[in-house]
Amino acid sequence: MNHKTFFWFFFPTALAMILFIALPLTSIVSQSFHAPHEEVLLVAEICDPFGCETESTIDHQATEQLKQDKPLGRWVGFEIYADRQHLAFKEVAQFWQSRPSFTGFISSLNNLPFYRAMGFTLTYVIVVTPLVILFGLIIALAVNSLHRHLKGLMVFFSLLPMIVTPLVGSLILFWMIDARGIIGSGLQEIFSDPNLSLKASTGLTWITLIVYGVWHSAPFAFIVFYAGLQTVPKETLESAMIDGATRFQQVIHVVVPHLAPLVAFVALIQLMDNFRVFEPIVGFSAEAHATSLSWIIWNDIGQEIRLLSSAATTSVLTIIGVVILLTPVLIRTWREFNPEK
Amino acid sequence: MTSNQIKRPLGLQLLIYGFVLLWFILAAFPFFWTMWGSFKVELDFFSKGDWTHAISGVRTQAVYGESFTGAGYEGAWIQEEFWRAFNNTAIVCFFTVLTSLTIATLGGYALSRSGFRYSFWLLIIALVFRALPPITLVSGYLLPFYEWNVWGLLPTTIIVLVAINQPFTLWMLHSFFQTIPKELDESAKVDGCTQFQAFKHVIIPVMWPGVITAGLFSFLLAYNDFAVTAVLLNQDNQTMVPKIASFMGTTQTEGNVMFAVAAVVSAIIPLFLLVLFFQRQLVSGLTAGAVKG
Repeated sequence: MNHKTFFWFFFPTALAMILFIALPLTSIVSQSFHAPHEEVLLVAEICDPFGCETESTIDHQATEQLKQDKPLGRWVGFEIYADRQHLAFKEVAQFWQSRPSFTGFISSLNNLPFYRAMGFTLTYVIVVTPLVILFGLIIALAVNSLHRHLKGLMVFFSLLPMIVTPLVGSLILFWMIDARGIIGSGLQEIFSDPNLSLKASTGLTWITLIVYGVWHSAPFAFIVFYAGLQTVPKETLESAMIDGATRFQQVIHVVVPHLAPLVAFVALIQLMDNFRVFEPIVGFSAEAHATSLSWIIWNDIGQEIRLLSSAATTSVLTIIGVVILLTPVLIRTWREFNPEK
Repeated sequence: MTSNQIKRPLGLQLLIYGFVLLWFILAAFPFFWTMWGSFKVELDFFSKGDWTHAISGVRTQAVYGESFTGAGYEGAWIQEEFWRAFNNTAIVCFFTVLTSLTIATLGGYALSRSGFRYSFWLLIIALVFRALPPITLVSGYLLPFYEWNVWGLLPTTIIVLVAINQPFTLWMLHSFFQTIPKELDESAKVDGCTQFQAFKHVIIPVMWPGVITAGLFSFLLAYNDFAVTAVLLNQDNQTMVPKIASFMGTTQTEGNVMFAVAAVVSAIIPLFLLVLFFQRQLVSGLTAGAVKG
């Protein structure tokens, strides 16, 4: 295919991505350097027999005019990045200087919205991703050893938690873990603590969200590994068996290495998806105990006066996070594409 | 693992069945529980005292004389006009899937047939775009959309969803087209077809399995989206997911939680049917990217 034909085939999709992904990206970056206009003040000096006073009033017309002329706002450079809502350099330096201990420093960082969100997001990514891979593998191994008819049924039901809208899925679980719901009241029964609530403490909320995350994503890992299991070479398994490998050794030394590329694939997809964790926080109404980067962007946009600059700044920081997360993958792909000379 | 293996010891067999049963309950029970409960009154659905009430519907019987009631559905669909949200979702999904597939099929085909270096880079850029959380882009849309007066409209949201879906759909179709032998369209070109004619007469007839799979995922992305639709649509044009989210705010206070439960169940049913009829395509789609590595 020559360049010209390629161009025409690729043009529509490229146009869509440039207009609605690439351009918004640049507009976020520029928005993050601008703050909303301050009101234009009219300063007048009013003198009466007792002396002179200056009085300032808001010039609405001029303010509107300014907003119309420069919708982005006024240029503030990195000011928004440095403020308390984002990287909070001043506060962090302060905390560091007055730290009682390292853990004390970490817990005081928790009072800053951005670091709080970052903390939960990273914990979520780091905990959920390996658990998803582990559970997916176990489910795949278990289901694969079932009878043929049961397999299809299990695949059908396993797809549900993954396919269902994240917000809807988390709402369903949210109602069940409610103190009056079946799981919530069941837990109270088990621990014989009538006041036990999964929504009340930060730790339990985090655990709930993580359990939801594994429930939602394990099916994906399961399906991928299950498909991989169908292609495990039988000869290798048989020779391992003849050599006296136990079932467990067969799994560790034959099956898992065979699935290794799939593990990398699942890990990549999971890293990307878990980093954007957002809907479960809305669904579980968990924002008092856990916020994520996506959630604080959403929260800024959802305010009465949309805090676009603040949202844009968090967006830029989130995107930098995504790129850092992807770097190992990108480097690997680059190496594969450019074998060493 | 394989059928010709020595028979498993009983303990292992029990362990496997126990685990599968546990996973089955974890995966399926919440849905059945909520579907069943959506036909009860709130005091049955949330029955703190005796959980069997949620199954038997004692209070529902007391209120309506039957152990099932469609009151939640009536409240959600008619009183709260959930049907409007359902229609909007149908419109958004239909046009998003149609447009996504049309342009991604062309793009994915081109990527799979072009051996040039830039096609690799385009795929990498698409991967990075795929990794961006959609909500990060949303704040970039608002100012221009206000300016052009297109905020809140369905077509705007459809175009945005198409664009956000592109990277994923493109990857999927790219790897699908790579499985179609190049010789097929090359021989058509030898016979005097242009590239587009080769695509039209040779590739289009054989591409449907891949396109249907990509369409399913494109549908799911549009159907399940919350970040984009919640911010970009106005009250009248809301789709189901943001509508459910706004139910959460209003119904909790008015004691109409059952409206939200009914709405949630209504939103699950199409997905249920989707899995029922397209299980094979969904599985093949999930593994398509993986097999390629």
